[in-house]
Amino acid sequence: MTVAMITAARCGLYACRVCGLVSRPTQAMGTLTCARCSNALYMRAPDSIGRTWAFLIAACILYVPANVLPVMETGSLFGAQTDTIMSGVVYLWTSGSWPLAVVVFFASVTVPLLKMLALAFLLITVQRRSARHPHQRARLYRLVEYVGRWSMLDIYVVTILTALVQIQSLATIRAGPGAMAFGAVVVLTMFAAMAFDPRLIWDPVKEQYG
Amino acid sequence: MADGRHESVVLDIPEAIARPRRRWSPQLVWIIPIVAALIGGWLAVKAIMDRGPTASISFKTAEGLEAGKTKIKYKNVDVGQVTQVTLSKDLRHAVATVQLVKGAEPYLVEDTQFWIVRPRIAGGQVTGLGTLFAGSYIGSDIGQSTHAQTHFVGLENPPLVTGDEPGRQFVLRGKELGSLEIGSPVYFRREEVGRVLAHQLDRDGTGVIVRIFVEAPSDRYVTTNTRFWNASGIDVVADSTGVKVHTQSVVSLLLGGLAFETPDSPLAQPADDQTVFPLFADRTQAMKLPDLEGDRFTLYFTQSLRGLSMGATVDFSGVAIGEVTSIGAEYDSAARAVRFPVEIVVYPDRLWALSRERVNKPESKERVEGLVEAGFRAQLREASLLTHQLYVAVDFFPDASKAQVDWTKTPPVLPTVPGGLQELEQTVANIAKKIDKMPLEQIGTDLHQTLRSLDGTLHTINAMVKRVDTDITPMARQALTESQQMFKTTEQALAADAPLQQDLREALRGLSRASQSLRQLGDYLERHPEAILRGKKRDER
Repeated sequence: MTVAMITAARCGLYACRVCGLVSRPTQAMGTLTCARCSNALYMRAPDSIGRTWAFLIAACILYVPANVLPVMETGSLFGAQTDTIMSGVVYLWTSGSWPLAVVVFFASVTVPLLKMLALAFLLITVQRRSARHPHQRARLYRLVEYVGRWSMLDIYVVTILTALVQIQSLATIRAGPGAMAFGAVVVLTMFAAMAFDPRLIWDPVKEQYG
Repeated sequence: MADGRHESVVLDIPEAIARPRRRWSPQLVWIIPIVAALIGGWLAVKAIMDRGPTASISFKTAEGLEAGKTKIKYKNVDVGQVTQVTLSKDLRHAVATVQLVKGAEPYLVEDTQFWIVRPRIAGGQVTGLGTLFAGSYIGSDIGQSTHAQTHFVGLENPPLVTGDEPGRQFVLRGKELGSLEIGSPVYFRREEVGRVLAHQLDRDGTGVIVRIFVEAPSDRYVTTNTRFWNASGIDVVADSTGVKVHTQSVVSLLLGGLAFETPDSPLAQPADDQTVFPLFADRTQAMKLPDLEGDRFTLYFTQSLRGLSMGATVDFSGVAIGEVTSIGAEYDSAARAVRFPVEIVVYPDRLWALSRERVNKPESKERVEGLVEAGFRAQLREASLLTHQLYVAVDFFPDASKAQVDWTKTPPVLPTVPGGLQELEQTVANIAKKIDKMPLEQIGTDLHQTLRSLDGTLHTINAMVKRVDTDITPMARQALTESQQMFKTTEQALAADAPLQQDLREALRGLSRASQSLRQLGDYLERHPEAILRGKKRDER
């Protein structure tokens, strides 16, 4: 790692994030686009940190109602019942389905929380231009991006049940306001992960390696 | 070297294409967290705003209550939820903490009632069947009071009347409950108009108190003059007036029930809520005129009282004015005879009600004396030959021997006269006595003598008849023969071929011919009137 790393940015070149083509900047005014795939070209994603923060904060706000409000409203002959994510987990746990309880708890409570914490951590380190453990941080980012869609487990369950159980008057299951908030949290964290430009992790590293 | 290589690489790199810059501010992305914050904030505010008041309700048992699940319902609308079920500090009750909906503060007042709705079968009705599947819930009846309260004592049984149901409650005091139950129907003219809410023993255990509810608008038929009676089952009455069977509906046969009726009275006012009424055992008792004050009298009878029962009517010309309250037997040492005191109670109100006149005590005393003076007496009479029931009749017997009311005894003694059968018996006895007094032996002797002389007379007659037979009979026979001959002669004279007859016929024929010639002469004269002068023409033809 003693070799000075040549990066496109250092050479004043643009790398297309879609097709990977490296382009030279032109003197003409306007937004630069990739010569091959016409994708917009940026040295670094514009305002990546700000946008990530925006999505992340929105997700954090909605995380509260997502856990407090009921995600599922069950109406049946035996009375109406509303379930929050945690009450579902508690129910699974008390009824003996510990593995399932753990899975649901992990997928629906822990993962979104950890994801938000991870994104916040990445943003803070990038803003502070920290050059520490860039590899680990890069891996963390990949993990966050990968794991994002799996947090929708609860939403999938509710969606399927809502579609299946619609025997009017006998039993109906409806998605509660919590499901909406929870879905929004997951989607927003995914947006946040997308808005984050992982190349920023490496920018401060150049001093060290360069 | 490196630079040159760089150069050549750089030169090989295609040039980016410039496009016109879009006017898009990256700051717009901050709208998203703002929107999220707004939504979150709104949700939070809503959650806080929707949070209603909490209350605690203590029950004997928390059977069917589940924290976080059991609902509180008013008119089957969810108004809250049980959030916690705990035991009271003294471990006597289960305390349910309930979270009511927003704006439920006015519901938590003093007279609001809560009860656990479980399936139950009472009063011919099945209620709360839904709770078999859906689990119990807490029913509530929101009160009208303005005093707020947060701790309530839950009812063990659902109230039969909710506060908003129009109608009135009444309290009945009776001797016994009969087959009444909570929820038993109350009938008015066999129409179900209410139900029994509660029943309990008197404080001193001498009777029962029954609380009933009469629905509007039928509650206006309950007046201060209304009589309630127990209409449970079949009421068979066999008394001096015959056999009567009273029933209400079939439901009341099974469940028991109450009925009420209001006798006509101009003074009756609609009864207030919670008015206390007496509860009678049956309709007959209930519908008797109000017997507030009764005059007691003792009657002494000497005849058998078989057939007279307690409660037998005291009848004045067909109007029941009282009843027999006790029957006894006592030895009258002065008269050395057993006599039977019968105590009666006479309701002067009933008697005087006929004359629409109220009398007070001293006046009534004088009045009774006056009546007795006029021959007012009591008498035992047989009501029915079939049942041999007796009743006490009071009436005027102007022929009765003089008697006084004995005011010295309590109750005062009203004079009696022997009644119906007894009178008959006495008459028969009198006749027997008279017969007994007749000189039958002498009559017999006289009769014997008479018969003997009669015998002599008959002998004389016999001799006389014999003489008639010997002397007169032959003469009579001769007379008869003569008369017979005379008849025969007459018969001959009158026979068809008798000469007398023929002579007569001959004479008649001659007369006929004479009249014929006379007619011919007439005819001729008519045709030839001149013939009178000239004479008959010769050979006219």
